Formats: sequence, C-alpha cells, structure tokens
Amino acid sequence: MKSILTLTTALALTASGALADEIRVLNWQGYGTDLDWSLKAFEEATGHSVVHEYFNSEQEMLTKLRTNPGAYDVVMINAAFTPQAIAEGLVAPIDTSTIGNYADIPASFAEDPKLNVDGKVYGVPWTWGLTSFAINTEAWDEVPTSVQVLWDPAHAGRISIRDDAIEAMQLGALATGQDINDIEDLDAVEAKLAELLPNLRTFWSSENDWNQFMAAGELDAATYWSGSASRSAAMGLPVQFVVPEEGAVGWLDGLSIPATSEHQEAARAFIDWMIDPEFYVKWDAEGAPASANAKAMEALPDDAFNKAVLGDPEVVARVHFQAPIDDETREKYLEIWQRLKAAQ
Amino acid sequence: MAELATPADKRRLATLLSPAYLWLTLAVFLPLSAMLFFSFVTDLPQDAPDWAFTLENYGKFLENPVYGKLLWKSLKLAATVTLFCILIGYPCALVLARVIKGRAREVLFLLVILPFWSNSLVRIFSWAIVLRGNGILERTLEAILPWDIRLNLMFTTNAVVIGLVHSYLPYVILTSYLALQAIDDDIIDAARSMGAGKLTILRRLLLPLSLPGLLAGAVLVFVPVVGSFMEPRILGGRVGTYFGTVIEDQFVAVYNWPLGAALSFVLLAVVLLIFALTSPILRKAQT
Repeated sequence: MKSILTLTTALALTASGALADEIRVLNWQGYGTDLDWSLKAFEEATGHSVVHEYFNSEQEMLTKLRTNPGAYDVVMINAAFTPQAIAEGLVAPIDTSTIGNYADIPASFAEDPKLNVDGKVYGVPWTWGLTSFAINTEAWDEVPTSVQVLWDPAHAGRISIRDDAIEAMQLGALATGQDINDIEDLDAVEAKLAELLPNLRTFWSSENDWNQFMAAGELDAATYWSGSASRSAAMGLPVQFVVPEEGAVGWLDGLSIPATSEHQEAARAFIDWMIDPEFYVKWDAEGAPASANAKAMEALPDDAFNKAVLGDPEVVARVHFQAPIDDETREKYLEIWQRLKAAQ
Repeated sequence: MAELATPADKRRLATLLSPAYLWLTLAVFLPLSAMLFFSFVTDLPQDAPDWAFTLENYGKFLENPVYGKLLWKSLKLAATVTLFCILIGYPCALVLARVIKGRAREVLFLLVILPFWSNSLVRIFSWAIVLRGNGILERTLEAILPWDIRLNLMFTTNAVVIGLVHSYLPYVILTSYLALQAIDDDIIDAARSMGAGKLTILRRLLLPLSLPGLLAGAVLVFVPVVGSFMEPRILGGRVGTYFGTVIEDQFVAVYNWPLGAALSFVLLAVVLLIFALTSPILRKAQT
C-alpha cells in the first residue's frame, strides 16, 4: 500500500513540477475531505495545501458553483445531481490518466452514465452507501428479510422513518414493488405510506436523534443509512442494518473539478488521494461510507461493517441506485408527503 | 404636539426620535420587506438569473387544501394554548399581586421569570425527557401509584400543548400582574365597605380593570404559537405537522424561499385579520 502512495506522490510531484498550490474544496462539513491528519499528510506528500468551504444542501452547492467562478477546485457532488452540474457547464471533464487509483474503480461505478457524457469523465466515484432500515436486535427474534415488517401491527408505535419526502416515497416504491426512479403508481405509494404512518412513533431528523431513540429503547426498527448504522453499532448500540429482499436505495458520491478551477493539476492529485486505499482504511476506522474503489474495500479488515455487509455481492445486486430527480418530481413528492403528514 | 411649535423644538424631537426609527427600519422594516419581495418572485435572484415576479406562491396556498387545513390546525392549537395560559396564568398573577406581600412576592416573581432565562430549545428538550415513555414523569408516578402506568404522552398533541403552555405562561402572568398591581387598593376597600363579596369584587372590579393586561398577554401568546414549529416538531412527532413546520420545511429542507415567504405572509395576514375582527368586541368588553 505504501508503494502505491509513494508512486502517486512521485507522479503528482513530477506532473505538477513540484509547484505548491492552494486548492479549495467544497463539501459537506466533516465528510472525509477535511480530516486534519489526511490533509497534513497530503501537504507533506504533494506540497499542496487544502482549504475547505461547506454547503448545507445540494441546491446551495450548485448555487455556490454558479455564483463563485474560480473559487473552487474540487467539489463533492451526489451523483444524482452531477448531470445537472454537467448540463449547466459547471464541472470540467477530468483527465483520469493522471489519477493512479482510478483504474481500481469497478466499471459499474466508473462508467455510470450520470458521471460520464460522450466518453468524458465528469466525476470520479468516491463513496457510496445505502438507505434502508436498521433494527434494534433486542426487539426481534430473527432478522427480518422484508421491508413489510415496518407495516407489521406487532411493532405498532415502535417504528420511525426520516421526515424526508424523497426517502419516504422511495420506501413506498420499494414496498409496493415499483421502480424507485420511476414511480408509476403514485396513488399506490401514497396509500401504502398512509398505512405506515399510524405505525410510527415519530420522525427522526438526524443521526444523533436516531441514536437517542434507539438507546432509550423507543424503537424496534427505523429507516437508516448504512454509514450511520456502522457508526451506531460501533458506539455499542444493539443495531443491525437490514438490506431486505425488496432491495435498498443506493447513493453514489463523486468528486468533480469545477470548470473554472485554476488548479486542475493539484485537484486531480487530491482526488487521487481521496480514493487511495491507505487513506480509506484509516478513514473507515473513524466511520466512513463504502469506498467506490474496489482495492480500498479489499484492504479493510474482514470484520469492518463496510466490507462485511456492503462487500457482499448478493447485497450489491439488490441495490437500486438513485437516478437524478427533476424539480417537478421533487415538488410532486413533497406535496404528497405533506398531504400525508397533514392528515395525521 | 401642539405646544411644539418652534422649529428648534421640532428639530430636537426629530433628533431624539431618530435612533428609535432607525432601529425600527433596520430591525423590522428591512427584513420584512425583503421577505415580502421574496414572496412575489419565482426564484431567488441570487440563484437564478431568469427570475420574475409572480403571484403563484400565493396561488399555491389557495390551490392546495393541505395549507389551509394546517393553518386551521395551527389556529386551533394557538387558541387552546392561549386558553390554558389564561386559566393558569391569571389566577397566579391574581394571587401574586393581591394576596402575597413583601419578600415572598419577589421570590415567587423571580421563580416565574426564571424559565425565561433558559433557552427555549433546552426547555422543550427537558420536556421531552420528562414526558417520554419510561421517562421521569412515568417513573415517578409508577413509584407513587401501585398499578401500572402507561401515559403515552410523548409525541401527542397533548405534549405539544404542555410544552407550549409552559413556554409562554410567563407572558400572561407578567402582563396580568402589572395590570392587577396598578389597581388602587382604595377601590377594593370601598367595594368591600359597601358589602361586595370576594367574587363580586373579582367579577366587577379586578377582572374588568386588569382586562387590558390580560388581553395583551393573550396576544403575546397567540401570535407566536400560531407560527411555532420547533415545539411541535420535537414533542409532536408524527402528529406534529403544523403551518409553522411547513414554512420551516420550505426554508430549510426544500430551499423554496419564495413559497416559504408567501406562506409566512398568509399567516401574518390571517393573524392581523383575526385581531381586526375581534378588536371591536374586545374594546366593548373593556368599557
């Protein structure tokens, strides 16, 4: 692993002519790119220093890219939003030949049509994860295999989902056997969710919230994110993440380079660093989502949540990756979701 | 104003008043007019270069019955909370102003204001700890009473009402207290000397004379509760969707500021309308 890193470093050094740049990264706060130890090591290895700016919603991220040309060199974009950024000309094609670790990203991620247009790469797959549900292992005799258990009257008042229109609608789509990216029978989903709501104890809104409800023993099962589930389990909560037979919703986060970046060389070196196995193994120890780099996943210890659960090809086969959602659909989902909540 | 005839007086008046008006302009008028502007546009000007003026945001309120339904739900909640605040707060103020004297009054008064010194979010989270299943309230009752207690208060409308009443009670107590304290003792003595009973004094003297204070308190409670979002969200859970939470969603979750601003102004208009309609009745009651 060391050799890969030194090789990358050497490449980066020769490529940039050892010029030190300051690159600006736009991402969620506390999401992998801004770890102190990693940035220090990156600066030592390449000479480039990294400055961060944060966003609080995907819309805000797009706004920042539109209104501050030249201000950012690397931006983290949920792949569902990358097509919009490409269409608006906000991100530049990336020359992947200088990103050494790119070759280790499996084709299923690397050739994702959301990140590639006309044979050009606009986003390097970085991390991925699942939205499904997790159970309180003390409340179940055996691990459920179907998402329908959330509707089970035996667990009435001990279920929770996140107060989010898109997550709720996609859960309803899975439960009614529909395509999460193209819900044809919205009425069926609405009816299904209307049956679910009386079963809920409350909505959860943040990971911290979720952990508190579980720790207080208020919930038997609740929708959750795979990365968060691994953190909750690491905290000692009796939690198990379930990928039911109906499948789970997958998301993919990519790293892109804004079209107006003036430090593209250094930006590519940073992206390479972010998908490097050595960096990922250390990050995973602190609680990370799954890496898009197959070599990085292999490098994890066997008992790591990301390797044990998300490394299973059978699980991966059940994942429905989220496609871009246009504004019209988003508003329609929100309207249905608000109608359902108002009826309570 | 008639005696302020000389120009020098007028100038002095303008100088003295200008800080107050400047403050009002900066703190109230500018933010409100920015929001009013947002409520009439299609997109935020800083996000979309092709923004335009529209009435569609207000149209959505009329088109979608969900908003009207939630507004009605919020108004009912505010009426309930105000009623409970009056029922609990007015007797407290009465005892504080007319019965207790000296040091004890100061101490009790401090206790009334004390919750105000803590952050409202902290207060609501404390209620969440008290009310939740197997929480402080349930355990205490279980320790006292022999049978099994399942209150199930958390995540119900009752929990929201309890949290809100506790948060806003001091307003009613303070305003009623000030009005009750200002009533001259001689009037009460005169009434008593003419043979009026305690209930008659309360009904014919204390209540009418302190009504302005009580009403001011009620307004101070009603207005913020109609638009409340944090308390219903935390204590209401599944049933905690109100007009205020929908507005918050527009600003925070879906980034639709124009719709959020329009809904806020609908709320403001409805509240003003309620006061406009009720003020003649209230004025009549006062005389």
